Amino acid sequence: MPPRMLPDPTPETRHFWDGCREGELRLQRCSSCSESYFPPRPFCPKCGSRDVETYKASGKAVLWSYVINMRPRPDMGTEPYAIAVVKLDEGPTMMTNIVDCPQTPEALQLDMPLQVSFSKQSDDISLPLFAPAK
Amino acid sequence: MKQKSVAVVGAAETTKMGVIPDLSTIGLHADAALNALADCGLKPSDIDGVATAGISPTELAWYLGIKPTWADGTQVGGCSFMLHVRHAAAAINEGLCNTVLITHGESGKSRVGAGRFGGGGGSSLNGQFEMPYGPAGPPTMFTIPVLRYLKTYGLTEEALAWPAVIQREWAAKNPRSTFKDPISVDDVMNSRMIAWPFRILMCCLVTDGGGALILTSAERAKDFPTKPVYVLGTGESVETPLISQMYDATSSTAFKISGKKAFEEAGIKHADVDHLMVYDAFAHLPLYGLEDLGFCKPGEAADFIKERNTAIGGKLPMNTNGGGLSYMHSGMYGMYALQESVRQMRGVAPAQVPGAKISVCQGVGGMFGAAGTVIFSNEAP
Ligand SMILES: [Zn+2]
Repeated sequence: MPPRMLPDPTPETRHFWDGCREGELRLQRCSSCSESYFPPRPFCPKCGSRDVETYKASGKAVLWSYVINMRPRPDMGTEPYAIAVVKLDEGPTMMTNIVDCPQTPEALQLDMPLQVSFSKQSDDISLPLFAPAK
Repeated sequence: MKQKSVAVVGAAETTKMGVIPDLSTIGLHADAALNALADCGLKPSDIDGVATAGISPTELAWYLGIKPTWADGTQVGGCSFMLHVRHAAAAINEGLCNTVLITHGESGKSRVGAGRFGGGGGSSLNGQFEMPYGPAGPPTMFTIPVLRYLKTYGLTEEALAWPAVIQREWAAKNPRSTFKDPISVDDVMNSRMIAWPFRILMCCLVTDGGGALILTSAERAKDFPTKPVYVLGTGESVETPLISQMYDATSSTAFKISGKKAFEEAGIKHADVDHLMVYDAFAHLPLYGLEDLGFCKPGEAADFIKERNTAIGGKLPMNTNGGGLSYMHSGMYGMYALQESVRQMRGVAPAQVPGAKISVCQGVGGMFGAAGTVIFSNEAP
């Protein structure tokens, strides 16, 4: 199996990937309008302010939408897997995979509560995946 | 833009359609361009404006021996050509050029002289925040919002079967369609699963082909041998490079902005529209298109299609060439939607809508990344 496609962090996103490696889901929030947003960038996409802070998110989310890919990408193994969008408690959506859960329409119910779970891929990169909340 | 100040005078697709292993990508552009030039009796040297996507306008101009005073390389995916029409109209009105050639060519199936799909590298937004989770091309990305759409409106997967079934009926009347045999909802619902909830008959074809348009001022259009097809209104917008970051999973913000602008420019109401094209890379696109353009209320498009409103004899004939699901889809399908609108306005479509006077052509770019709308009329200003 070829190595999994992994992110190559940039200066603007480095804090996010450092957080994942350290077991924290980091979001950014605008100090002017209090909007939480994702993906990372050094300004608020709602009001344009550069006055933003990084904070540790709860890691709680719900399953927002997904597909189950029946033709796995070579670096993703041989079994069908869900490519999901979750809606974080703090508001933003993000793409991820759902782990510790059968990859079936029956098991993957929209709006089911999820919790972030970091999956180590390399010394630098851990991916934020989500599992059904206990 | 000014209504009916610019017209399409030349329009043609590639000589062959479907599987064309003997032409490269740029060769398909050129084949379509030469056909469109012949359609309106022009030579390449008569063209002073060029626009294209997939290749650069530099490649196009040089390959055809055109020395333009205006070039547009807007590249926002499959609706780039709708944006080119809009930009060309503005350029002609502003006097930047007189006669614009817009081309598309794509060796989508045979991959002759074609680059690789997608990929901005691991440091791009897509490379960092989507690709690590296993997307394998448009069937596994463009489709992601749809379960949320279905749940929001209490619909089942069958909502995705009806566009495929009805469009196949249109395709049966089109000799150049890739697929012509009738299909039933059961056929669609039992076809091979690609990416739950999408089955193969809910996904577009992958074929080779191309098309080209030639536009000039409405005043000059009267001197051409072809029936002028006037540009009545246009719109465009862009939304997000990441499917996971759509502003609303149940609706395309870019469609809404682009459509509203085009309807305002055209000064028409929905009831005035005789013919509609909605770029259908996948079966949910016609649903989003009908709703986001305002033809249906949110959640009602699937029933609207099921009740045969967009079918032959219906009040809003849609995707009358068979669409990306049955006619052809090379990758950037927008050009073929425009070609069918022009044929309908000229009165020469294989499945002609009798008496059609206004056609709305809606394109999508990327995966809900961009939108372009062109509204055509065949009535002289
Ligand atoms: Zn702000």
